Amino acid sequence: MSQSTVTRRDFLRAGAVAGTGLTIALWLPGCSKPAASAGDTGAAGGTFEPNAFLTIGADDSVTIISKHMEMGQGAYTGMATLVAEELDADWSKVKVVGAPGDASKYGNALFGGIQGTGGSSSVAEAFTQMRQAGATARALLVAAAAATWNVPAAEVTVENGVVKHKGGKSARFGELVAKAAQLTPPKDVPLKDRAAFRYIGKDGLPRTDVLAKVTGTATFTQDVKLPGMLTAVVARAPRFGATVKSFDDAKAKAVKGVRAVVQVPGGVAVVADHFWAAKKGRDALTVEWDSAKAERRSSDAILAEYRGLAAKPGEKAGGRGDAAGALRGAKKTVEATYTFPYLAHASMEPLNCVAQVSAGGCELWYGAQIHTGDQMAVAGVLGIKPEQVKVNSLYAGGSFGRRAAKGSDYVLEAVHIAKALGTGAPVKLVWTREDDMRAGNYRPAMLHVARAGLGADGKPVAWVHTVVGQGAIAGSGFAPPKGPDPSSSEGISDLAYAVPNLSVQVHDAKSPVPVQWWRSVGHTHTAFAKECFVDECAHAAGQDPVAYRLALLGSEPRHAGVLKLAAEKAGWGTPLPAGRARGVAVHQSFNTYVAEVAEVSKRPDGSLKVERVVCAVDCGVAVNPDVIRAQMESGIAYGLGAMLHGAITLKDGVVQQANFDTFPSLRLTEMPVVEVHIVPSDEKPTGVGEPGLPPLAPAVANAWYALTGTRIRDLPFKGA
Amino acid sequence: MATIVVNGERRTVDADPDTPLLWVLRDLLGLTGTKYGCGIGQCGACTVHLEGEAIRSCQYPVSSVEGKKITTIEGLSADGSHPVQKAWIAAQAPQCGYCQSGQIMSAAALLSKTPKPTDEQIDAAMQGNLCRCGTYQRIRKAIHLAAEGGAA
Repeated sequence: MSQSTVTRRDFLRAGAVAGTGLTIALWLPGCSKPAASAGDTGAAGGTFEPNAFLTIGADDSVTIISKHMEMGQGAYTGMATLVAEELDADWSKVKVVGAPGDASKYGNALFGGIQGTGGSSSVAEAFTQMRQAGATARALLVAAAAATWNVPAAEVTVENGVVKHKGGKSARFGELVAKAAQLTPPKDVPLKDRAAFRYIGKDGLPRTDVLAKVTGTATFTQDVKLPGMLTAVVARAPRFGATVKSFDDAKAKAVKGVRAVVQVPGGVAVVADHFWAAKKGRDALTVEWDSAKAERRSSDAILAEYRGLAAKPGEKAGGRGDAAGALRGAKKTVEATYTFPYLAHASMEPLNCVAQVSAGGCELWYGAQIHTGDQMAVAGVLGIKPEQVKVNSLYAGGSFGRRAAKGSDYVLEAVHIAKALGTGAPVKLVWTREDDMRAGNYRPAMLHVARAGLGADGKPVAWVHTVVGQGAIAGSGFAPPKGPDPSSSEGISDLAYAVPNLSVQVHDAKSPVPVQWWRSVGHTHTAFAKECFVDECAHAAGQDPVAYRLALLGSEPRHAGVLKLAAEKAGWGTPLPAGRARGVAVHQSFNTYVAEVAEVSKRPDGSLKVERVVCAVDCGVAVNPDVIRAQMESGIAYGLGAMLHGAITLKDGVVQQANFDTFPSLRLTEMPVVEVHIVPSDEKPTGVGEPGLPPLAPAVANAWYALTGTRIRDLPFKGA
Repeated sequence: MATIVVNGERRTVDADPDTPLLWVLRDLLGLTGTKYGCGIGQCGACTVHLEGEAIRSCQYPVSSVEGKKITTIEGLSADGSHPVQKAWIAAQAPQCGYCQSGQIMSAAALLSKTPKPTDEQIDAAMQGNLCRCGTYQRIRKAIHLAAEGGAA
């Protein structure tokens, strides 16, 4: 996927919004179909499809319409920072709303133009586009002021939401809105030089969503209440691939508040006035399942199959030189096998979606992540056009990839229920925690086998690597037409270390257990295998793990940069108190480079405790430093929770976990002290939502080895 | 029918006696700041104050809190001006935000009884509140800030 080829010269237009203010609209060439939207008045002419990113109100409010959804990662704050920077807006007047579903306006250029958020792409994708939106609005406000005051525009400045002339006149944004909306927007408005930034790269800018989130007023899907809305809870099959054979709903229908029981693909829905009635109704339901085509294996059996597959040649996923030959000729060899379980995303807000199906189409209210994919899937079910599916984007109580649902599973379930009801009433589908945890679309279980041959200097001359597991992106629009799933070996098939002979093979395994991306996708396991294995090689060579890596990263300055910074800030090589040890890992994902040094100890009960993590990140231009720090902390916490506790296991095909008692999450008592250091950079900004995660588990595992002499090769691992 | 005193107001609801307080607050009274996360008292997203004590509202049938005083996040302050909320803003704690009402209610209960908590006391009071975004370091910082009056 490439960056958009649209330039700012192509698409700047402005439209007036009667009574509400100025709307800056961007027109994408090639999109010729007119479409109405909030903020589109037609004043700009009816032949273009405007793409509104901000509205300035007569009350001075600056409302930014974020094409990227907010799931905690700070995208709303990022979009607002970019617009407000070039607009010279007053940050206290800035608010952000989620864009409706409309790829023609809000498409993600890094996703081939479909509307969606993910792959740590938000700021990377919108960096220039949002700044242009802000800069053009500013130019119009300046022109409006100059015309009003009859002064040259060059003598007009903007500061913190106030437009000023050197002669002493000044006006707030709101006072200029009506006039600005009448003007023709200029083209090629210059963007600020970096030295002039007031918001980008600066600390002290609060998140735009912080007040709503400390007062309980942020609206999540779970909080939606519409007139006549009903709540649905669904009884689903105990095994993946099983179907409804028959059901008895007499007792369910007798529960007070239950309005209907309907069969939908994958289960039986109980629809009621509110959640508790729906849940009681489901508890009273009797369903017989047909498990003839269902997954019946256990996790142990699946892993045993993977071990067998790993011994056979897989599909080539990358490489260079003659790895097999170099391995045979090597003085010393190192070999290790690493295993990884299925993982649930387990966002704090279990999945949910509000759907209303009526004659005119379908309207959805939810934390939409891949708007276009969901619109297309819903349109397919209802036999309507994707543009008849109206998506209202709400805050998501986490996602970690799950709301970008392969197959739009939870969205379609809500739509099927609303359709089956046939009343036109809006239906809120609520998954209980147990439903959410057992519904699949997991991080796939994986197995890695790595072999290296070391040369006379201890450095690897050969690296042969085999990965077995279900492909995370297989079956999605992101999957290539042929070849092994690229996510299964990402970070290894393109190994950054200067190993002259490399062979990477992948076995794409098949199972009815649905899998998909989970925060940082393939890097969740590839970074662990790669960084633990290179550490094993360093120890086999009797060399310092940091120096060993640096010697192999001679042509990778950004890898080396973060590694050196993390090592320096962590005091690598300096003595630690007794009972503590350090480990290190460095990994690039989503074009962001992160190194982490973990400091671990052993608790009296033998369990592993992470005391401190020092993180260095190079994500190009740091747009929101505090959001970057928060995302590194977050990736570290999420990765540590998975490493210590996370496993979804199957027994006779049935998921053994159901809730946070059996799928524990990291708790406050386990959170290490995290220090984040950001590499100053003029490179293009890259993502931060995911890249903090991959180096964490291997850094901890390597520290545990330094402390105890025991290698961690099977996750999860919590200690003795 | 059940009567409870929520944020200083007497409220009577038509709920089955076994309905958890959480769902009475959310679905019958429209107080959606209190969140559903697990339903089994494992995550703390539904934390409210019952007569000043932090409790998991998913674990209390409405019949068990008849006539009792309940405070939810909406009752902590109308505008985010409670010292704990101000500290949360100063520390920029929230990410997705879904667990934060519960976190704040647990922290407010802790600080009302223990104005200067140690890290161990924070651990004990907060370990029942999960945050999948991993905002724990900032939560700890915010509690210390609130204790010091630093965010006032």
